[in-house]
Amino acid sequence: MRSYLFGVLWGFAAAILIALTALFGVWWERKVAGRMQMRFGPQQAGPAGVLQTLADTVKLVVKEDITPNLADVPVFKLMPYLVFVPSASAFAVIPFANGWAPFNTEASALFFLAVPGMGALGMLLAGWASHNTYGSLGGVRAAAQLVSYELPRTLSVLSLVVLAGTTSAVGIRGAWQWWWIVVLAPAFAVYFISSIAEVNRGPFDLPEAESELVAGYFVDYSGIRWAIFMMVEYSGIVAASLFGAATFLGGGLGIPGPLGVLLFVAFTVAFTTMMIWVKWSFPRLRPDQLMSFAWKVLTPVALVQLLVAGVVSAL
Amino acid sequence: MPDQEFNQELVVNVGPQHPSTHGVGRILLNLDGDIVRKAELIIGHLHRGIEKMAENRTYLQVVPLTDRLDYVGSMYANWAYCRAVEKAAAIDVPERAEYLRVIVCEMQRIASHMMSVGSSGADSGAFTVFVYAFDLRERIVELFEQLCGARLTYSYVRPGGVAFDAPDGWADAVLAEMRKLPTGLEELDKLLFGNVIARGRLKGVGIMSTEQAIAWGATGPVARGSGVALDIRRQDAYSVYPRIGFDVVVGDNGDAYDRARCRLLECFESVRIIEQAITQMPEGPILTDGIPRLIAPPKGDAYARIESARGTLGVYTVSDGGAKPYRVHFRSPAFCNVSLISRLAPSHVLSDLGVILGSLDPVFGEVDR
Repeated sequence: MRSYLFGVLWGFAAAILIALTALFGVWWERKVAGRMQMRFGPQQAGPAGVLQTLADTVKLVVKEDITPNLADVPVFKLMPYLVFVPSASAFAVIPFANGWAPFNTEASALFFLAVPGMGALGMLLAGWASHNTYGSLGGVRAAAQLVSYELPRTLSVLSLVVLAGTTSAVGIRGAWQWWWIVVLAPAFAVYFISSIAEVNRGPFDLPEAESELVAGYFVDYSGIRWAIFMMVEYSGIVAASLFGAATFLGGGLGIPGPLGVLLFVAFTVAFTTMMIWVKWSFPRLRPDQLMSFAWKVLTPVALVQLLVAGVVSAL
Repeated sequence: MPDQEFNQELVVNVGPQHPSTHGVGRILLNLDGDIVRKAELIIGHLHRGIEKMAENRTYLQVVPLTDRLDYVGSMYANWAYCRAVEKAAAIDVPERAEYLRVIVCEMQRIASHMMSVGSSGADSGAFTVFVYAFDLRERIVELFEQLCGARLTYSYVRPGGVAFDAPDGWADAVLAEMRKLPTGLEELDKLLFGNVIARGRLKGVGIMSTEQAIAWGATGPVARGSGVALDIRRQDAYSVYPRIGFDVVVGDNGDAYDRARCRLLECFESVRIIEQAITQMPEGPILTDGIPRLIAPPKGDAYARIESARGTLGVYTVSDGGAKPYRVHFRSPAFCNVSLISRLAPSHVLSDLGVILGSLDPVFGEVDR
């Protein structure tokens, strides 16, 4: 009984955490993008515009939730949650501290890779259910992209698993050695790039491609359901940054105490900023370029890295 | 045949409210999977009947209407129309006015090309390029505001000269800006054309050969990108252009990359032209004396053309001897260029559609008129 209560409480805390990361992520992206484009970003709502996202959230919550006439109503209404729940559950297995994650199992690193991948199904069905050609095209693109980039992403994390000798994320963080930074640098690059693709961010934002598909799979969504899709994107960025910092950099470089926590937060913010930086610097890839990049560049690099990791761990 | 069921083409309506149709363009696409099989351009959503409206106004009152044609480069339509009227009514233009016209039109070329190059970035997903280009455009627009008080619809060129003389210090401000501008243009060049993804997106997309460009009536940077050295400034040598040294920029491959890059490189030539024109510009009147308020050209017709940012902009006026034109017709370069989308888009994927359309640089105010 007590463990159930703990689960509910943790779920509640996680929901607040995800909402806060999304709020922060949107504001931070606007500020960083603004600076990159010789402007200020939000300024008016609160100091440095920090309350701007809150104001936008209020607007989105009270906005009319439109369902298209020809939509497959139950599927259309359900899909934002089907995308959100797997994405949010990724937070459950991230080792936030040395030796501790909210939900720790032997295969938690694999859980982190596999469960958010189910979101592809939700995106595909969301696009399909809205009975809109742009939506369908976006949904199909999302499915193809997410499935393709899951492979290099998984392979890059497998290199970690080989060196750490455990599939538990907490175990990887505990086993972290400083020389992993050197040996696993290519794996981290692959992990970082394919994470951008997994959360549908530029230059891999083909499923929503504004200048082609207007908004892709969530083109017909509005109000709170649209906001949930947005939240998935930003919580995905933060989750990928947190996991990358916790495993590839051993949290705060394996340092215990406040300095380690500070470094962990700094790395997470740095990775998030890098994802924003990349998005606002690069044009979008074409679908065929996207696929050939995944299969001809990232996957071979990840495979060679896996081999190197295997040889190093055998030495 | 069950096979045919799976080979159905998907009809997708792009526009008139779509982020990459540059206004209110509309394209009906037949998609085979992701590949465009047929692209039908549907125009007319911005038709305001400007040519018909011109028939009910005096010659001078038509000038503000020409502003609304190509609203990214209003100076061109002003000038082309005034040249036709000056030809019809045999009006002389003072030399200082000719220089001012050349200066504002070359500034307009930079401003207009910045919009187009920026859109090349935005159409392929690089929005920062768009903002950088708009910064450069903004600097020109501010100088226009100092000159004639308007930022978009200038009505600056009038039959017989220009509306206002350059205010004190304006020419120096322009020169100072022209010295700073190449740095910004080079930065933009690196940001867009130096980017590996942008090159991948633009190169080899929407290829048009030299022969095709001539046969399909392309003009301006769209033709020059395909290697056609067609430039009315050189060919007709109108106004004071013969006294000014500049190069005609041409591309090699005729793809979206060449068309967009041609525009950027033309901006450097425009900077050269403006610097020479300002140093050569004499003192004197800016408007010929004694032009009647109601210009009534003798019976007959006149055709004048200039090189606008989009290509050959021609104006044809017919006079029946009255104070209102009997007919005004615009040969708009954007109309001719944008029609090529039906020929260039097929066999490309959907993602390339916006890139190709952007490389043709349509302004629908001029397409629909």
